[in-house]
Amino acid sequence: MTAHISPLAAETVSPGAARKAVLEVENLSLAFRNADGLLPIVTDVSFAIAEGEAVALVGESGCGKSITASAIMGIAPDNAEIGGTITLNGAVISALPPKDRRRLCGRHMGFIFQEPMTALHPTLSIGRQMTDTLRHNLGLSHKDATDRAAELLDRVGIPRARDILRGYVHELSGGMRQRVMIALAISCGPSLIIADEPTTALDVTIQAQVLDLLEDMRRELNLAMLFITHDLEVVGDFCEKAVVMYAGDVVERGFSADIVRSPAHPYARGLIDAVPAHDDGRTRLTPILGTVPPVGQWPEGCRFAPRCGRADAQCRTRPSLERHGVTDARCWHPLEDRP
Amino acid sequence: MTEQSILSVTGLSKSFRAVKAVRDVSFSIPRGKTFGLVGESGSGKSTTARLVLRLVEPTTGSISFRGRDLAELAPRALRAERRHMQMIFQDPFGSLNPRMSVRETLVEPQLVHDIGTPSERLRTAERLLAEVSLPRAALDRFPHEFSGGQRQRIAIARALATNPELIVADEPVSALDVSVQAQVLNLMRDLQDRHGTTMLFISHDLRVVQFMCDEIGVMYLGEIVEQGPRDRIYGAPAHPYTQALLASAPGKGSGQRARLTGEIPSAHAVPSGCAFRTRCPHAFDRCSAEKPMMRDIGGGQKAACHLLDKAEAA
Amino acid sequence: MLRYLGKRFLLILPTIFVPLILVFLLLRLSPGDPAGMMLGDQATAEQIAALRNQLGLDQPIWVQFLLWIRGIVTLDLGNSIFFREPVMQIIPRYAGVTILLAVVALALAVLIGVTLGLISAMNRNKPIDRGVVTAAVLGISLPEFWFALLLIFVFAVTLRWFPVAGYNPPTAGLIAFGATIFLPALALGVRQSALMTRMMRSSMLDVLNEPYITTARAQGLPESTVIGRYAMRTAAMPVITVAGLSAGYLLGGAVTIEIIFALPGLGRMLVEAVGRRDYPLVEGGVLTISLVLAVLNLVIDLIYAILDPRIRYQ
Repeated sequence: MTAHISPLAAETVSPGAARKAVLEVENLSLAFRNADGLLPIVTDVSFAIAEGEAVALVGESGCGKSITASAIMGIAPDNAEIGGTITLNGAVISALPPKDRRRLCGRHMGFIFQEPMTALHPTLSIGRQMTDTLRHNLGLSHKDATDRAAELLDRVGIPRARDILRGYVHELSGGMRQRVMIALAISCGPSLIIADEPTTALDVTIQAQVLDLLEDMRRELNLAMLFITHDLEVVGDFCEKAVVMYAGDVVERGFSADIVRSPAHPYARGLIDAVPAHDDGRTRLTPILGTVPPVGQWPEGCRFAPRCGRADAQCRTRPSLERHGVTDARCWHPLEDRP
Repeated sequence: MTEQSILSVTGLSKSFRAVKAVRDVSFSIPRGKTFGLVGESGSGKSTTARLVLRLVEPTTGSISFRGRDLAELAPRALRAERRHMQMIFQDPFGSLNPRMSVRETLVEPQLVHDIGTPSERLRTAERLLAEVSLPRAALDRFPHEFSGGQRQRIAIARALATNPELIVADEPVSALDVSVQAQVLNLMRDLQDRHGTTMLFISHDLRVVQFMCDEIGVMYLGEIVEQGPRDRIYGAPAHPYTQALLASAPGKGSGQRARLTGEIPSAHAVPSGCAFRTRCPHAFDRCSAEKPMMRDIGGGQKAACHLLDKAEAA
Repeated sequence: MLRYLGKRFLLILPTIFVPLILVFLLLRLSPGDPAGMMLGDQATAEQIAALRNQLGLDQPIWVQFLLWIRGIVTLDLGNSIFFREPVMQIIPRYAGVTILLAVVALALAVLIGVTLGLISAMNRNKPIDRGVVTAAVLGISLPEFWFALLLIFVFAVTLRWFPVAGYNPPTAGLIAFGATIFLPALALGVRQSALMTRMMRSSMLDVLNEPYITTARAQGLPESTVIGRYAMRTAAMPVITVAGLSAGYLLGGAVTIEIIFALPGLGRMLVEAVGRRDYPLVEGGVLTISLVLAVLNLVIDLIYAILDPRIRYQ
């Protein structure tokens, strides 16, 4: 039972090339300091993303996935205490003072948020928002920045780029806005993109377009991508690897195909079963009984135990993340690979 | 249309000034069955839901409910009918009055329609809570003390308070996490089986609709473009939009999806002829000139597409 | 944009006319004989009759109204009874001072409000924030005249930094002007600055939580740009609204301040004219104030449209 699990990077040797690790997160923990003491939000999260690889951070609301992303970005709230190490392109960034941390944003890390209507400034023109980034991060002149912005919009499939640059967010449709967000995210040539539920707010047909675009960009620019979502089916389609979170813990980690096909952790299994599947004649869904324990009310030991049909006395001690079959799972009684 | 239909909508349309939100929608729901309306932004499905309940005044069309045309009813008669039709909304946080306790929320609909004595109403409230698997102690609590899934259960209980014949559910699970969604969907199915309630189920999520509904109508820009029994719609979709919708859904594996290009046109500027032609991979000249009519393609399935005429002619 | 401004311009007309009509009616419909009151007890019947004729008070009321409208349109508001000069010549002398006073007061209020509000919001719940919030509450509760007297006592009488009363026009030099306008403007604007501080603080706190601020930071933009451009743009809007509403308040409060500081402004002129029953001058004064307010609001609307493109298309 080792406290330190080697990050996935060691296993990113996919058939063919050994890809360089872009992001390595080791034993990340986050807690809020308040009047009563320290309130843990996220505990012991470890994973890695290589060049050109998409890793999903999957979980339902309250699991801590969004705040993990904020911690990586360096924009966690001031009263958050962060432990563990975050390494970007070989350099440890978690130890950097906030000001230096912020400087990495845009230039080395790009972000795509869920609701492009509210994530883009309502009264500044699109062009202004793009050129501000380009000029600050790349030192371009106004003209060069404008040209590059037009080029980027074009690349993400927005017609009449020059007109759109002069326009505003509210003039665009949901899909268009998300394309602008993507253009903004890749504009300064980052090596890592963090996308927080980028397609959740979009219509199904538009969602498919945007996911395709993200896929193209990833391949073209060899980007490492951290994809935060609650939708397992998107994970299955889009991300090679997945990290499943529950109540601040990583409960399972591995190739998404493996997790979706034969998950080891009962929660992951529950998530998969809860989705109404295609071509299914079921008359009842199999939900996970109970609800997610709120922060501050986590049970001792395994946090999923109260909702787990397989829990026993042993589950009162917290399991560590171990290899079980083809994935890593945090469970004393992982599911076997048999269906 | 048949004697068995609790709800039969014909030629329903609603225009908000220049915007034609719902155009000539017709469908009927047999007693005890669930009809699903599926579509993306601007499809008009939510507006249709509200038209059916006459929460929004239709511009034209008739709504035959329990044998009477709702669109023709005078205010008082309409109010009396409302006890037989109830609604569940998408937002579990907004649809419950934060200042009313659960007890008051469940008693109010009965009070409004003058059902039973005060003690009977209270007993009904308790029974409803039990049916949605919430503890009796919940009666004295307020909405903010519950989670999203629990609030939605309260909303469902409230909808059942008057023992309605029809429930219109507008995206009832969209705001919930997957595992909670499953709980609530199961609950809705069980309750429907137990009470024999007819349901109109609105959703953008194809997976949920497939699970819940017996018959489905696919809407695009205010019209139903295809309609039919669930297995036929999902198994053999006839309209290109339905096909694209099903193909775009995640879970099919990347690379296999037939991409729909372009954006959904604005409801201010509906394309001439077939509204879907601007994004349809198979559009040809007739599509811009002439609006396709809904035609029967067997097995209770209907679709409005010129390609089907072509296929038949061939 | 033009349509927007055009609509706004049309709205000026009722803003100007309603008070004028009210003044017109009040003066003529109030009990007693205006001419007699104007001339006093010693006047002879002939003098009174002559004045009544001169003022047109012996005409039917609707004729008086038409004559009065004509006067406004031709910019002939008659002569002041006291000064025996055309009203149109008297007013500008005094209006200038009041407008300057109100503008300086507004400018001070905005400057203080925005600065303190910003500092407060950026240091939420820290001592400086609490200090500013307390000061703001005090500021809102202070009566201006009391504050004015306090300022005079401290800064003019005790410290002798400023003159106690009197007025130097800007033509007499900026320092001389500033010396006589600063304390009055401060006293007049104190309440508004407190309001604006609170407005700015809460507005900024809201904006700082908005997703687009997170995006701006995620782009790596320096904090000065994030706050100075991205946050201020939207946070300033409610403050501008308050500024617009303040204008009316300031013009009204100017009266007391002008009297305390012995400034020859419109407010003081109006009060004295009312006391003397100098109706033409009163009417002229009211017209001017309404006009200034209306124009000020038009300017505010223009600033709005410049800062928020969404408003232009309404």
